[in-house]
Amino acid sequence: MIGTLQNGLAAIGRPALDGLAAIGRITLFAFSVVSHLLRPPFYPREFLTALVQIGWFSLPMVGLTALFTGGALALQIYSGGSRFNAEAVVPSIVAIGMARELGPVLGGLMVAARVASSIAAEIGTMKVTEQIDALVTLSTNPLKYLAVPRVLAATLAVPVLVAIGDSIGIMGGWLVGITRLDFNSAVYIANTVDFLEFWDVASGLVKGAVFGFIVALMGCYFGMNSGRGAQGVGAATKSAVVAASIMILAANYLLTEAFFTS
Amino acid sequence: MITLSDVHKSFGPNRVLCGINLSIAKGESLVIIGGSGTGKSVLLKCILGLVRPDKGIITLDGQDVTRADRDAFLARFGMLFQGGALFDSLRVWENVAFSLLRGRAALPADQAREIAIEKLRRVGLKPATADMFPAELSGGMQKRVGLARAIAAEPEVIFFDEPTTGLDPIMAGVINALIREIVVEMGATAMTITHDMTSVRAIADKVAMLHDGLIRWSGPVGDLDSTPDPYVQQFIHGRAQGPIESVR
Repeated sequence: MIGTLQNGLAAIGRPALDGLAAIGRITLFAFSVVSHLLRPPFYPREFLTALVQIGWFSLPMVGLTALFTGGALALQIYSGGSRFNAEAVVPSIVAIGMARELGPVLGGLMVAARVASSIAAEIGTMKVTEQIDALVTLSTNPLKYLAVPRVLAATLAVPVLVAIGDSIGIMGGWLVGITRLDFNSAVYIANTVDFLEFWDVASGLVKGAVFGFIVALMGCYFGMNSGRGAQGVGAATKSAVVAASIMILAANYLLTEAFFTS
Repeated sequence: MITLSDVHKSFGPNRVLCGINLSIAKGESLVIIGGSGTGKSVLLKCILGLVRPDKGIITLDGQDVTRADRDAFLARFGMLFQGGALFDSLRVWENVAFSLLRGRAALPADQAREIAIEKLRRVGLKPATADMFPAELSGGMQKRVGLARAIAAEPEVIFFDEPTTGLDPIMAGVINALIREIVVEMGATAMTITHDMTSVRAIADKVAMLHDGLIRWSGPVGDLDSTPDPYVQQFIHGRAQGPIESVR
């Protein structure tokens, strides 16, 4: 009886301890990356390459996601609002919803799927093909050369993607509003502009920066700790996307709590 | 001179190195032989600091490698990795000139490119190769580029990890000859790990055999065939029967 109880507790305790240890390792890795941000040597070429890869090439995916989300949001708000004769709130709620929540969260999740996986797979492959060892023998710190430029690039690029995504999402709502819901275009735009406040947009951009940091950090961490062979790289890629997605959702709650509750 | 004294390394319950004692004189070419999975690469990585030994001391010219200034220490080494370990995202010349383009004594790109092309020529590759990406090269060409990168900064010590693995016999012969020529020409200390006996005879001044985590035998390459050591004899003749278990 006691043995069964001990086994049951151990089955809970072991993964809990492993999880805490992993959180500790990721935290130390994050501190290490941040501490190297301001210390030379710097790798501007790697930073610019990462900026293009993460920012520019994610633009179509983030834009399409925002466009369809904005449209769907307008339909949902119209449908829900009609129960209270509040159809007129569509422009303002679409704008606030996109800027505060859906723009950064969906943008962050889409970038996590695309970027965290690609960073983890690239760095994981470099690890299993000894390219990371080769960097060390060439007197280059792999963390500084591989992780720092990517984390910095993602932290700067994702807020820009979020800003563009917000605009496209609001435009998606406007398109649906004037074509399907009989809104007057000028009134829709005026309502959007009048109700949207600076902090609605700024809070989303701050969230975007945090989500970008998380995405690149997870990609680099799991890539650099990848196991051997194709299976190891595959597992690292999967873990990077899962961890980044969960951390984005958790960080989103904490940031919303910090920004919007008095 | 590189000296290893009582070096131990385990991975979990797997004891890989169990007290290695070995020395490599300046300008000497040492080849370490041994079966797959006997810890040859781990030994090499311990010297470079890529793997931290559990116990023991490794010195380079009398200085403990773990206490040396890391950048200055690594600047004295060049390494040819088993698979080449070329950086996929960089062109061939950027791979070769990697250490010349970075660090405190970084050269201008034009000058580094010139040196890279010269090193490529030294390993028998045409200048046109310089602007290609590693994925566009054959296995033998990748090995040559790896060799050019290893010698680009004219290191004092060069490590070769399985330099002929995966190559056809003719290309393996070319790589062996290149390694020997370059080591003699540069006066560098060389340490090669391989289980290719043709490479051993082409490259080595001295041979050491690693088995069960220990240096089983070491001596001049000329004594390799005449040593009565049954482990060495089984290994160099590739016999299935003998003291070395064929299933590891």
